[in-house]
Amino acid sequence: MRQVVVIALNTFRENLRDKILYNLLFFALLLIGFSVLLADLTIMEHQKIVTDMGLAAINLVGVIIAIFVGIGLVSKEIERRTVYTIMARPISRTQFILGKYLGLMFTLLVNVLIMLAVYLATLAVYRAPVHWALLQAIELIFVELLLVTALALFFSTFSTSTLSAIMTLGFYVIGHLTTDLKGIAQKNHSEAVQAVMTGLYYLCPNLEMLNMKGQAAMGTSVALSYQAWASAYGLLYAALLISAACAVFQRRDF
Amino acid sequence: MDAILVEELTKKFRSGWPWLPPVTALAGLSLSVHKGEIYGFLGPNGAGKTTTLKILLSLMRATSGKVEMLGKPAGDLKVRRRIGFLPESPYFYDYLTADEFLAFYGHLDGLERAELGRRIDHLLEVVGLSEARTRQLRKFSKGMLQRVGLAQALIHDPELVILDEPMSGLDPLGRKHVRDLILGLRDQGKTVFFSTHIIPDVEMICDRVGIIVKGKLLASGRVDELVSNGHTQSVEIVCEGINADEVPSITALATRVLQRGRHCLVALPGPDQLDEVLAMIRARGGRLVSVTPQKGSLEELFFKQDDMTVGMRSDTKV
Repeated sequence: MRQVVVIALNTFRENLRDKILYNLLFFALLLIGFSVLLADLTIMEHQKIVTDMGLAAINLVGVIIAIFVGIGLVSKEIERRTVYTIMARPISRTQFILGKYLGLMFTLLVNVLIMLAVYLATLAVYRAPVHWALLQAIELIFVELLLVTALALFFSTFSTSTLSAIMTLGFYVIGHLTTDLKGIAQKNHSEAVQAVMTGLYYLCPNLEMLNMKGQAAMGTSVALSYQAWASAYGLLYAALLISAACAVFQRRDF
Repeated sequence: MDAILVEELTKKFRSGWPWLPPVTALAGLSLSVHKGEIYGFLGPNGAGKTTTLKILLSLMRATSGKVEMLGKPAGDLKVRRRIGFLPESPYFYDYLTADEFLAFYGHLDGLERAELGRRIDHLLEVVGLSEARTRQLRKFSKGMLQRVGLAQALIHDPELVILDEPMSGLDPLGRKHVRDLILGLRDQGKTVFFSTHIIPDVEMICDRVGIIVKGKLLASGRVDELVSNGHTQSVEIVCEGINADEVPSITALATRVLQRGRHCLVALPGPDQLDEVLAMIRARGGRLVSVTPQKGSLEELFFKQDDMTVGMRSDTKV
């Protein structure tokens, strides 16, 4: 366990010293600020715009960090050959993968918390109500980020950074369209199309299940049982991906 | 018990296409490194040195063969606590300072805080980087990186130190520093196994040496044994008062005759012809200045071994 924590802390430190992360955070804060400006320019539903855009900014920047930092977690270590000196230490490959994942998870948590603080401050300035639904949505956004990070990490154990980014992005987009995939499969007459769409439906994570932003902006909360079920689904999917990443990494030659 | 034991190690890399045969990087390599010695693993580029080291450290899986380190199988996690490793042209986390960098590896090795602090102070002193300890590694020169890399390999005071090309890219002063450090490790009773293609480094500090060419160990043993085995020592005669170039009976026996002012240098292929040539020099009125037996060098042996594999190379389809 100690080794996992050492790797996680080092990954967190690496992220903290990466200027790109600060730029992304600044971008998120700018987006949240921009929502206030946009709300002032519209005639109606000022508070809804601020609420909606803030959530979208937290989600968007979180996903960018999860994908673009996530794909480099392992592939960068291999490309820069820093993995040589680590793997020569008394640390298993599984511990290394877990440490890298936990490090980025912690980075994401800190980022989401900073964005949340600014978001809540903006809502307070604009006197928009802070619903329980907002916090539910943000919790599910965080679960989605953990899942996307696991996807990026999984792909980066066997492919290059560019390919990993493309595949993670692809899965992210399809993950938000899985319900449509099922609909296409049901309506289409071609068996091949049905098979492909059904396959994709079951293979890709259902990220829409974790998307509560629309309801949250309206102030509509979801049942706690649904939130627990959706979170468990996301975390289980992430755990499966991490296990697969460990299995692939175990067999790699450096 | 040997510090390193390698038996019939083979590594084949799959080529990119299924119809192409695999590339053989190691072809039944066997070697042993005794405890407390400095073993030089010598070979040209692409001979299989780094592949061997990677298999020793479980960075790569062997196709077949047996590898033991300090009496345990190479993949054993506990045994890695007793091994230090410096890769070739190391790239480290350049956002860390030298202090943080060594602390990171020390923590991975399970060192306690107080001991770690002592080790970091000591090693930064040994590698001459105490002044730069709070500087980020991205601001280090290549020589400094190599030295801090050595420090990370030694942070947990390992019994066995494995170094991949530790002197490559260093200036003469840096190379001397690394050589002294390796000799110091041996004095502390540690085993050092290092790969290199720089022959003088091996000649200067190694107790034993192994020559690997095309994935095979072609020679192994003490440097002086290797260079004298099967090699006739040549002899150089320096004389004056004679122009040996103009004496056909001498030029016929010599491998080289050079006239430098009053002095004449006659190189003979071995000591067998020495008496005969000395007699000819005296008979012509020449005076002997010196007779120097020339020891064979590791370089000659290295080239000889490399030449022997030329046939092998042409047979190997890659």
